[in-house]
Amino acid sequence: MAYGKKVLDHYENPRNVGVLDKEANNVGTGMVGAPACGDVMRLQIKVNGEGIIEDAKFKTYGCGSAIASSSLLTEWVKGRTLDDAAQIKNTEIAEELALPPVKIHCSVLAEDAIKAAVEDYRKKLAAQV
Amino acid sequence: MLTPTYMDYSSTTPVDARVANKMAKYLTMEGDFGNAASRSHYYGWQAEKAVDVARSQVADLVGADPREIVWTSGATESNNLAIKGIANFYQKRGKHIITLKTEHKAVLDTCRQLEREGFEVTYLDPLANGLLDLDLFKKTIREDTILASFMHVNNEIGVIQDLQSIGDICRENKVFFHVDAAQSAGKIEIDLSLLPVDLMSFSAHKIYGPKGMGALYVSRKPRVRLEAQMHGGGHERGMRSGTLATHQIVGMGEAFAIAKAEMKDESDRTLKLRQRLYDGFSDMEEVVVNGDLDQRIAGNLNISFNYVEGESLMMAISDVAVSSGSACTSSSLEPSYVLRALGLSDELAHSSIRFSVGRYTTEKDVDDAIVLVREKVEKLRDLSPLWDMYKDGIDLNSVEWAAH
Repeated sequence: MAYGKKVLDHYENPRNVGVLDKEANNVGTGMVGAPACGDVMRLQIKVNGEGIIEDAKFKTYGCGSAIASSSLLTEWVKGRTLDDAAQIKNTEIAEELALPPVKIHCSVLAEDAIKAAVEDYRKKLAAQV
Repeated sequence: MLTPTYMDYSSTTPVDARVANKMAKYLTMEGDFGNAASRSHYYGWQAEKAVDVARSQVADLVGADPREIVWTSGATESNNLAIKGIANFYQKRGKHIITLKTEHKAVLDTCRQLEREGFEVTYLDPLANGLLDLDLFKKTIREDTILASFMHVNNEIGVIQDLQSIGDICRENKVFFHVDAAQSAGKIEIDLSLLPVDLMSFSAHKIYGPKGMGALYVSRKPRVRLEAQMHGGGHERGMRSGTLATHQIVGMGEAFAIAKAEMKDESDRTLKLRQRLYDGFSDMEEVVVNGDLDQRIAGNLNISFNYVEGESLMMAISDVAVSSGSACTSSSLEPSYVLRALGLSDELAHSSIRFSVGRYTTEKDVDDAIVLVREKVEKLRDLSPLWDMYKDGIDLNSVEWAAH
């Protein structure tokens, strides 16, 4: 299958690859997907005192579109508030990367990943109180 | 533009220049363009002569009588004709068919169609190495079993079935034996004068002949009869009507003749290349060869790089044209049914790459591919959360994944 330019760019030069300390109180981790399905995304966000995402890292096992979707997502969430980030829609990602219909599930996975990361962070926050 | 190195010979092969040159002589006004069925003039006779030569060339490669070769449009049609032809002709004797889960879709989907028409089909699980379990096969044969269809060489994993042993079981039980030999003809020895096989499908384009051309071997001794699937002018002794495509047939004949002359050397050379490729990966961590490594066609290496998804690896090594068992390469999003039938986990199936080398592959091609693959596997593993978990000693099977 032929890929769009943006997918190739993110795939060849993925942004924000890496790991944050998942035990840290200011880090939320979202791991979604399953190896059996051919894609697993781990997205981590580091949140500051004002509830703003100041850093994001990812690692993804999956096809080029899955890698590109998660790479793009890390760029988008940085600097956003938690509420704002959790509202990113898969359709926006799919549109930005011009994903073909058969690859839409990759963008769905990315949306799930940021929602899971935000939820994980909020759980930690609630537990601290 | 620099084109990628071709390492997908199991998918198709380029037409050998010697074949293409010969084919060109059977198309134009200056050439032998006639209809082989025109019995009344020179043009028809010339075409008929060329078709006869090609029929002998194909028969020679596989130890058959030329009268046992029926031209078709390819192995898919041959498989359809053999399986439906036997089922339709002999259905009064019984309606049970046995095949293997790892067969090509041209066999499996034909069997599915027969099921819709009231036949019963048993799809056997292969052994973990891809080979047929002979005891299981024997136990599956029933009074009403009329046909067994097993491929000679598997298109994805390259494993070679033992036709002699399977055929002996078929003969003992009076079951017709059809073999899909699309991946084996011209690559390994086939002698139908000795093998207990009733029907065998061939393809031209897998062995440096043209696409859209194939043949079906239909045994005369013992005599096998078929109900035609394509009706018309009664060509090919009534088994397959349609004007013979002289240039395609000549191409297939020439390709098979070249294969016969060069098979031994070519097979040795191809095996060395495959071995060189495998040696280039064998010291890497978490690398698994899919299918039996010894009972395997020379050119095939199907290998899984665990924790790296196959499609993303193919994308990373786009300078080499290969194929993958990963779901993402198919429209169904299911990983390869062949690899799943071997009992491979979904993730290993998703991580598989099929390299197939052939006539025009060089040692340098192989060496370059090794360097590229190693570099990209490392890069993608650095990107892979599963690789992190493996390195941390986490058993992936112990994790509760949210399947989607």
